[in-house]
Parts: sequence; structure tokens; C-alpha cells
Amino acid sequence: MQLKLEPNLEDPDAIYEKLIAMLESQEPNMAMRLCARLVLLLANHVGDKGVIDEAIDRAAQLTDAQK
Amino acid sequence: MTVEQGKTAGRETIPVWRTFEPSPLPKDAAEHAKVVIVGTGPVGLALAIDLGQCGHEVIVLGRFDFVPAGSKAICFSKRSLDILDRLGCGEQAVEKGVSWNVGKVFWKDRNDPVYQFDLLPVKNQKMPGFINLQQYYMEDILLDRLESLPNVDIRWGHDLTELEATSDGATLSIECAQGSYCIETEWLIACDGSKSTVRDLKGLDFEGRIFEDNFLIADVKMKEDRPSERWFWFDPPFNPGQSVLLHKQPDDVWRIDFQLGWNIDREACIKPENVNPLVRAMLGDDVEFEQEWYSVYTFQCRRMERFVHDRVLFAGDSAHLVSPFGARGCNGGFADVDNLSWKLDLVLRGKASPNLLESYNEEAIVTADENILNSTRSTDFLTPKSDISRAFRDAVLDLADKYPFARTLVNSGRLSTAVSYPASPLNTADAENWGGGVAPGSPSLDAPLGDGWLLEQLGGRFVLLTNGSVENAPDGVEVVDVTQFASNELVLERFDLPAGGAYLIRPDQYVAARFRQPTTAAIADAYAKATGGKLCN
Repeated sequence: MQLKLEPNLEDPDAIYEKLIAMLESQEPNMAMRLCARLVLLLANHVGDKGVIDEAIDRAAQLTDAQK
Repeated sequence: MTVEQGKTAGRETIPVWRTFEPSPLPKDAAEHAKVVIVGTGPVGLALAIDLGQCGHEVIVLGRFDFVPAGSKAICFSKRSLDILDRLGCGEQAVEKGVSWNVGKVFWKDRNDPVYQFDLLPVKNQKMPGFINLQQYYMEDILLDRLESLPNVDIRWGHDLTELEATSDGATLSIECAQGSYCIETEWLIACDGSKSTVRDLKGLDFEGRIFEDNFLIADVKMKEDRPSERWFWFDPPFNPGQSVLLHKQPDDVWRIDFQLGWNIDREACIKPENVNPLVRAMLGDDVEFEQEWYSVYTFQCRRMERFVHDRVLFAGDSAHLVSPFGARGCNGGFADVDNLSWKLDLVLRGKASPNLLESYNEEAIVTADENILNSTRSTDFLTPKSDISRAFRDAVLDLADKYPFARTLVNSGRLSTAVSYPASPLNTADAENWGGGVAPGSPSLDAPLGDGWLLEQLGGRFVLLTNGSVENAPDGVEVVDVTQFASNELVLERFDLPAGGAYLIRPDQYVAARFRQPTTAAIADAYAKATGGKLCN
């Protein structure tokens, strides 16, 4: 399996709104913990190590590019 | 526990389990030896037994004239028990130890575990998944075994002070109470622990990470009716924000590990007036307990770059260090013994080139790296080093409480199991299709065989394990034909061994090669490969 990079989200604006609503009301430490829960839930749903590795690598590469 | 003082100087601070008469000064001021082992801990003693039962003359140097008290290493893995059984002391260890297979992980004040594991998923094996046994009992058992090996000369209170190593041996300067002397030895094996004198004298060091967290060992004696399981708590009410581990040992001794955090006063935190309230809070007001051994430690996950330096070899803590979560310290040391001794035996008997020991360097480093990897991962989970690391750790525990998927992420220590060497140069790769079985580079899986067990038939020499008769095995390889035993079904199943098939198994019970349709030439080639190549005479 390969990491999907073309649009795949159903109702992106609503999902984005819900994510921010969950996190915005929290203290930074709790927001981090909620993000971590979310990452883990979604990672387990994906399951495939290659896809998750690729997602981690792509996320990290973007950070590097901004430096 | 009786606390006496050892007679060797400067040991006043170390509690003593059992003392020995300091060994006298040898008659020869300059001796010649084949093998000298430095260190009388479990690794040095086990290696002495292994080489001793091959018939070699072995000198063991111990700085102390006593076995130290203090439980120290307490968890011995199934693989270590298999090794000990080959050394003639596995049954004694199991008889004295507390056997256990199940570990449970608790969180906060919840009564039900958030995660649970079984360390012996494949049943019908001679040895249990783990035993707990105080290190001094293990050393007692090894020393008892050595009583029957007069070719092993243990020298109590003999301290290595100087070392001059060359490409074909080493000259040792040794001091004991009656004076000093020299030994010229062909081989020197350093089993002298994390502060190895040999490593220092060679000017060598470790590479890797040091963790700045502190843990308190509180071994207490109490009558408690709890199951023989490993219990681990994250953030329990009796040690908020930190972890606690509880383990049962023989004689009603219980190991409790309290995580303490970073900034502590090491001397103060092992004083009974500071430890006892922690234990009391954990056990409740109505449990009577008394102090057995209190100690504090900071751990490291590091190893030497190489374990083989010409004729000076390193095994156990002298070569590699891990955090204790996972029981990979002493068990890793026994794995070194298992891997090293048959190779050194062949070299000493002139049946293999000294180059075979390079495979000890390779395979023991595979084991050390797997142990370091696992214990580093456990450490990062147990003691998160940053806010984001803690957020993920807590998220795992939040989720594990409700959802099964997250329980596999809970890491309170991945306990020691045998390590495989799939890329070892001693292996012969499969040339046929195998549906299952034990791959080259992996340890043989035990199973019932006849009135006993398969592993009792393996080890100590090369074995060709066959299903029915095969063509002649090479010299140095003994045939064990499974069809000569009753109750061989599980062996055939676990090895996926067809009629006429054969496994070539090393003296440490690892598989070197396997053949569904063996030929004499293929077996001979695999045997030559597993012993480091044909000897050039």
C-alpha cells in the first residue's frame, strides 16, 4: 500500500472545524495528549507499517524544508 | 541474611552472602594457561562450567573472596534456563526459583490490568517462561556445579592489576593477600562486570546512551498471598507520576522497584526511614515486612564497539549494559556464554581457526543490539524525556484502558527471549521451501521427546537431527534420529521435519542448516561453514 496524497477526505472543512474545536478549548499539554490519542487511533486504523513510516517521513521532511 | 565481612581489603561496604578461604599464592611465580576468566559473577561462573565440561583447564580470577549478598539480577529467562540445563544446573535453578509466565500492567488506581502478556506462548517445553531467583542463589548453584569440575581453578581474592595483550595471548599481573604473580595465557575472557578492570586496562570504553533517571530497589521480606506474576504500575496512587514493579522471589522475598525521578539524594533515598513509608503506602497498614536489600541505580544502554580484541574477549556486563526492564542484563550475559564457549572449545582443540571467534563478535553484538534496542524503547516509554513524549505515553495508557489495540503499545519492559541471527556467516541459507520449522540462525524450539525433552538431546556438540536414517554425518557431528524416540510428534511438527529430512544443530542448540533431502556433501559443507570454514593445515 502507498500513502494517499491526492484528496481523499469526506467533507474536509467539517473535519477541520471539529479538530480545532476539540483542541482549542484545552490547555497545551492536554491538547498535545488529545493529538497523540488521535494519531494513535488513526495509525492503528491504517495498520500498514510502510504507509505510516511514509507519513512520518513526509511530515518530518516538511518541517525540515521550513527551516 | 547473615552479613559478614570479606577478608579481602576494602570490601567493608559490600554485604556478604557466603565467604571462601582466599586462594593461596600459586607455586609458580610465572604460570602458563590456556584460558583465564576474570570475574566470579554468574557469567564468569557459567563460562567456566561450559569450558570446564568440555575438559579444558580453566583459571577463574575473583577479586572478592565472597559471593556478595543483595538480590541483584533476579529474572532468568527460558533461554537462560535452557542454557543452564545444558550446563547441568537448570533443574536446580527451577526447583529453587519462583516460576512465572504472566505479566500484568496496571494504571493509576484501576484494579484490572490495562495490559497482560504470557511469556511462554508455546507450551509443552521443559522450562518455564521465567524464574525469579536471587543472584546469590544462582551463583551458589553454579558454584555447586563447579565442585564436580576439578579442572576449573577458582582463585578467590585474586585481583588483576596489569594486562599486556598481544596478538597471540596476554600476560596478566595478579595480586592476592600473599603476594603477586604472573600468568601468561592464550585466551583472556573478561566477565568482570560493568566496571570491568580488563576493559579499563585495555583502554577501551562503551558507546551509547546513559539515562538520568533513578530507580530504587526495595527487596522486602513478607508473607503475602499474591500470584507469581510480574506486576507493573504506571502512575499508581502509592508513587504518583512514577512507575512501580513488583516481583516475587524465593524465601518470601519480594522485589519492588520504585521510579524516583531525576533530582534525588542517592544516599538519603536508601535509608530505611525513607524507603519504608513508600513500601508501607504500597502494601497497606496491615502487612508486616522487613528490609532485605535497598539499593538505588541509574542505568545505561551502551555497548563496546567490539567484543573480540585479538585474544581478549568480553562477555556480559563488561561488554554491554541495558536498563533492567526486560531482564536483559544477566540473560544477555548467559547468551554470550552460550555463543562463545563452543567456539572457543573448537579453537582450543584445534578443530577450528581462531577466526571462528569473529562470529562471536558478530552474533553477540546482534544480541546486545536487540537487547539495547528493546530496553531503550522501554525506557523511553517508562520515563518520557519531553512533554510530547509524555503526551504520547499518557495517550497510549488512556486508550489502552478502553481499546484493545493500544494495549500492545504499553511498554513496561519487553522481556528477554532468545535472539536469532538470520544473517550470521555461520548459517547455510535454505535451498528448499520450508513451510515452518526453525530457520537457520534461530535457537531450537523445545518439545517433548521420548521420556524427556528434545533440548536434552541437543547441545554440547554438533548434532544432525533426523527423521529416519540419513547418509553418514561428517566427523564431529552426532546423529540424533527422532524416530528412535516415542512421543516425537511435536518435535516433527515444530521443526516441520519430513521423513528423510535433517537439521544441523550447533552446540548452542542454534540451527545452522536444514535439508528436506540431505546429501552427505551438503551436510559436510554446512558443517564446515558453521565452524568457520575448512581448516587450512
